[in-house]
Order: sequence, then C-alpha cells, then structure tokens
Amino acid sequence: MQDQLIIGDREITNRFFTGTGKHASNDIIPKLIDQSGIEVITVALRRLEVQVKEAGQNVADLNTLQENILNYIPERCLLLPNTSGARNAQEAVRIARLARACNYSNWIKIEVISDHKYLLPDNYETIKATEILAKEGFVVLPYISPDLMVAKALETAGAAAVMPLGAPIGTNQGLKMKALIRILIDEINLPVIVDAGIGRPSEAAEAMEMGAAAVLANTAVATARNPVMMAQAFSLAVQAGRLAYLAGLGETKLVAEASSPLTGFLRGCSKNPC
Amino acid sequence: MSFYEIYNRFKKFDFENYWQRINDAAILKIIAKDRLDYLDYLALLSPKATAFMELIAQKAQQLTVQHFGRTVLLYTPLYLANYCSNHCVYCSFSALNKLPRQKLTLQQVTAEAQAIAATGLRHILILTGESSTHSSTIYIEKCTEVLKKYFNSISIEIHPLDITDYSKLIAAGVDGLTIYQEVYNQAIYQRLHPSGPKKNYHYRLDTPERGCQAKMRAVNIGALLGLADWRKESFFTGLHADYLQNKYLDTEISISVPRIRANLGGFRPEYDVSDRDLVQIILAHRLFMPRAGITVSTRERVELRNNLIKLGVTKMSAGVTTAVGGHAGNGSETGTAQFEISDTRGVPEIRAMLLKSGYQPVFKDWQ
Repeated sequence: MQDQLIIGDREITNRFFTGTGKHASNDIIPKLIDQSGIEVITVALRRLEVQVKEAGQNVADLNTLQENILNYIPERCLLLPNTSGARNAQEAVRIARLARACNYSNWIKIEVISDHKYLLPDNYETIKATEILAKEGFVVLPYISPDLMVAKALETAGAAAVMPLGAPIGTNQGLKMKALIRILIDEINLPVIVDAGIGRPSEAAEAMEMGAAAVLANTAVATARNPVMMAQAFSLAVQAGRLAYLAGLGETKLVAEASSPLTGFLRGCSKNPC
Repeated sequence: MSFYEIYNRFKKFDFENYWQRINDAAILKIIAKDRLDYLDYLALLSPKATAFMELIAQKAQQLTVQHFGRTVLLYTPLYLANYCSNHCVYCSFSALNKLPRQKLTLQQVTAEAQAIAATGLRHILILTGESSTHSSTIYIEKCTEVLKKYFNSISIEIHPLDITDYSKLIAAGVDGLTIYQEVYNQAIYQRLHPSGPKKNYHYRLDTPERGCQAKMRAVNIGALLGLADWRKESFFTGLHADYLQNKYLDTEISISVPRIRANLGGFRPEYDVSDRDLVQIILAHRLFMPRAGITVSTRERVELRNNLIKLGVTKMSAGVTTAVGGHAGNGSETGTAQFEISDTRGVPEIRAMLLKSGYQPVFKDWQ
C-alpha cells in the first residue's frame, strides 16, 4: 500500500522520527537506524562543528574528540537539524542559516525555548522565526505547544509541518495534549507531527490512530535499557497506529452493548398489542 | 524583590528541629514525589536522609539521564589575572597575601587560548581576582574579543559587576556568569570578608540576579563548602537557584558544589564536608531541580569525580590549572595557584574516563 508522508520534496515511508541526543555513545545510532528503518533523524546544530574558527589549525578538530554524529548517520536518512539552545527567533534564524551554509540541510526544526524550568517552546518567537526562514526557502518544521491559532499562523507563515508536543519534553508523560493535538489535526492543512513527551510505543500508536502524520521521540529511545530495540518498538507502534487510522477505527461507545437489553421486551410491541 | 528577602524568612527557622521531626516515612514519600518543595529539599539534606542515599541516588541518576542524557560537558578555567583588592581569609589571591601579581597581556591570552583550544575544549571560564583597575571591564572585553576566535562559549568568574557592565561583556561575546556567594550565612560572610568591596554581602547576593537581568545565557551559583554548616548553605544555594529560575525562565541556572581547598594563606575550613556529604548535596539538588546543571571541579579527587558522574553531575572541568598563565606552561609566566587542585588529568584522560563509564564527553554545546 502506498502511504507516504510528503513534506517538502521528500516522500517518507517510516513515520517514526528520532533524535541523536542523550545517547551514551554514537555507535548505537547506525544500529538503531538500520534495525528500525528510520528515515528522519534530528540533530542539534549546537553540538556540530559549524565552521573552522578564525584561529584555524590551532583549534583541535572537534570531530576527532567529540565524535561527529554525522559520520554515524547513513546517507539515505533525512537530516533534520534543530535549533536547540535558541532562546529567541533571532538565534533560531542564525542557527538555521549556519546549518544551510554548512550544507547540512535545507530542512530545519525550529526549537525556541526561553523557559529553562519546563523547557516549553516559545510559540511567539517560533512564528517569527518561521516567517523569516520559510521566505528564505527553508523547509521549516516548528516545534510548538499545541495551540490552534499558533498553528494557523504557522501555516500562513509557510511552515511545512507543525510539531506539537505530546507532553513537556523529556518527561515521558505521554499524549497529555491529546485533545488539543486532535484539534490541530482536524483544522490544519499541514502534517501534524507529535514531538516530545512520548514515553511509550503505545502512546505513539495512539497519536497515529487519531491521525498524526508522524511521531518523534528521543528520550524514550535514548534512555531505554536497549535503545535499538526500543526504536524498533516505536517504529512498529507508529506503523500499527497509522494502519489503524487508515483502516478507520470502530466507533467508541460509552456503555457496553448488553446482550439482554432492558428494553428488549418492547421489540415487536406494535405488532402484538401489549 | 531580592533573594535576601527569602534568605531572611529563614532567619528564625529552626533547622535542627525540622530535621529532628522529619521521619523515615516522610523521606520515602519525598523521594517518590514528582515535584519537591523547599521543605522536601531541606528534608533530603537532613542527617536522617543519609540512610536513604542509595534510593535517592537511583532517582537522581534516572532524572539526570532523562533530562541530560548520558553526557557531560567539558570546560576549563583560564586565569587572566590575580590582582585583588579583597581580603577573603580563605583565598590565596587575597590582597594581604604576598605573591607575584600578574595580568596576562593580550598576546599571552592568545597563547593560553591556543594551548586550551589545542585540547579540543570549546567552552571556557575566565577568571580574575577582584580589581577594577587591573581587571577592568574593558580588559575583560578585550580578552573576550581574542578568546571568541577560539571558543564557542565564554563564561566569566570575576568580581561582581553592574548590569551595564555585564551587558557590555555579553556584547563582546560572554554568555555565562559564575558567581559564588561563598557563604550565605551573613554573620560568617562578614567575618570572612573583613575588607575590600566584597564586604558588601547584599551586592554580592544580588549579583547572579543582575546577570540574569543583563540576559546572560547561563548563570551558575554556589557556596564554598566548608565555610559554614553545609546543610544550611546547600539549602540556601538551592533556594537561590530556584528563585532565579522561577524569576528568569530564559536563563539556564546551574549550581556548583565547590569544597574549599588548602591555599597560600594556610586557611583551614571550620566545617568538615565529607565525600558522603558532598554526594548528599548533589543528590538532594538533583531531586529538587531536576533540570538544573551541576558542576564539579578538579578540587575533587579523580576517584570521586569518576563516581560523581553517575549521580547528577552534568558539567566538569578538565585539563585544569588555577594559576595565571598556567595553560601555555611558560615557566616564568606561571603564577601562584588560587587553590590546590586534586584531579590533574588532562582532557584526553577525562574524555577516555567518560567514554569508559558510558558517558559522552561534550566539547561543544553552543553555537
């Protein structure tokens, strides 16, 4: 069955996205990608070598010390650089431009966080950054707190998708924002990718069942005892959820349908005068 | 409002009585909680909580991995000058101590930067003594101009400044501020800082807040452990960090846990802080502020530092010298150390140790 997610000019089959952060070692990344057939992976630009510093060869090569994560990502993967660490639109725009200048990617996941207590995205600054970057030809995927008006503004600004959080990042709390994300799915003409807070494969499946276009989870995978296996579990759950969505879920009923209904005696009442 | 108001609220608080009253069941309940309030935090700093260290450690590790991953950011201090007009009775750089005073020229700063950059570190912390003439804002600005060619993140640990001076330094390329209150206990503070501008307890106490107001990306605070009762000092450090994080959401607040070390003046700390105590401080803080960074310096021994990684530490120094001009290793330029360090390992050794422990050394975490 052809059921690909199209964002920008890419056709994506595996709707489970993950990230490179929080892993003890990068060695695990290629294993995880291969075993689960991961196609989209997000990387924090702040951890990458961006430019040779003016001082030139006096600066030790970062990639020999802090392993260059890019060496661990197969070419077939779509690299989604993110602006993690940016506190306002200006910083996010600067980071996105650097990512493009380094030929890392034309895609950018905008993360603007001006709250270090809960690490919630700053929707207002995110809209501003999206407006600028979409005009510059970036494929912009903004990470947001789920809010309909914000998502509409992002759609107008030229975002390629919206990425609402399922719960505060890194909390593994699951799909706490379900009701609001469902509204985005119903009302926004962009792929809705649930990002952050998803702790279990079943929660990823739940997001997909209600029509999310994809799910991104990093902490749940990276902090699992066996990250490779957990990525696989997520990948399968996302696939199952997607299939269920396409198959059309049966209606949920409030009460069980009793096999001996209380009003059963009324059946055929009109024929036989009671 | 200043943190002083919060500090003052505890002037009459009977800590010992609270610690006495807290029982095992209450401590277990606190460990299981999602969000701790300040009294929960204080309970975890109690003598009774030491019986639950392993349980607290498990929770602390889980929270740290959840929020930071298995990663540790590496940095090193760079001492620019040791001129000082303060008299801190515990510090080698004290104005009363006779020692060769020096200040790096910009050429020497370049040499230091090159020596550090060659090790791969991209985050540095620049330090000076307190001297508005020798280590003026303009001097620090000029040094920053040089250093930003080599490093991705430059933090300062210098004398307290006004917001306008912090803004100037931020414009020059500084992004982080480290400022220790040294000791929160006001009476002890006054006794240990008898002269010099540092005598002003309030000005120092409000310094991290001025850093936040100037829009530093990161502000790191701490108490010098050993100058007063560490349980109370750690409590105030945590309260201070919490106060700042609540008020300045966009600044990354972190804490350090520096234990006072021997130094030139022959100062001996009055309060003992054992390894076990240090671990209790780190663990309690992690549970209280799960997302706040914790830094451990090379004051601590190799073995202890290796073990602390798994308990909540997120940032550590490597390849450290606390002497002015110490990195370039030019004998005549190497001055007196501010304090003795214990972990003398270079960057490659620390990197190897982290990898061996299942942690990723991070050299660059900002662009």
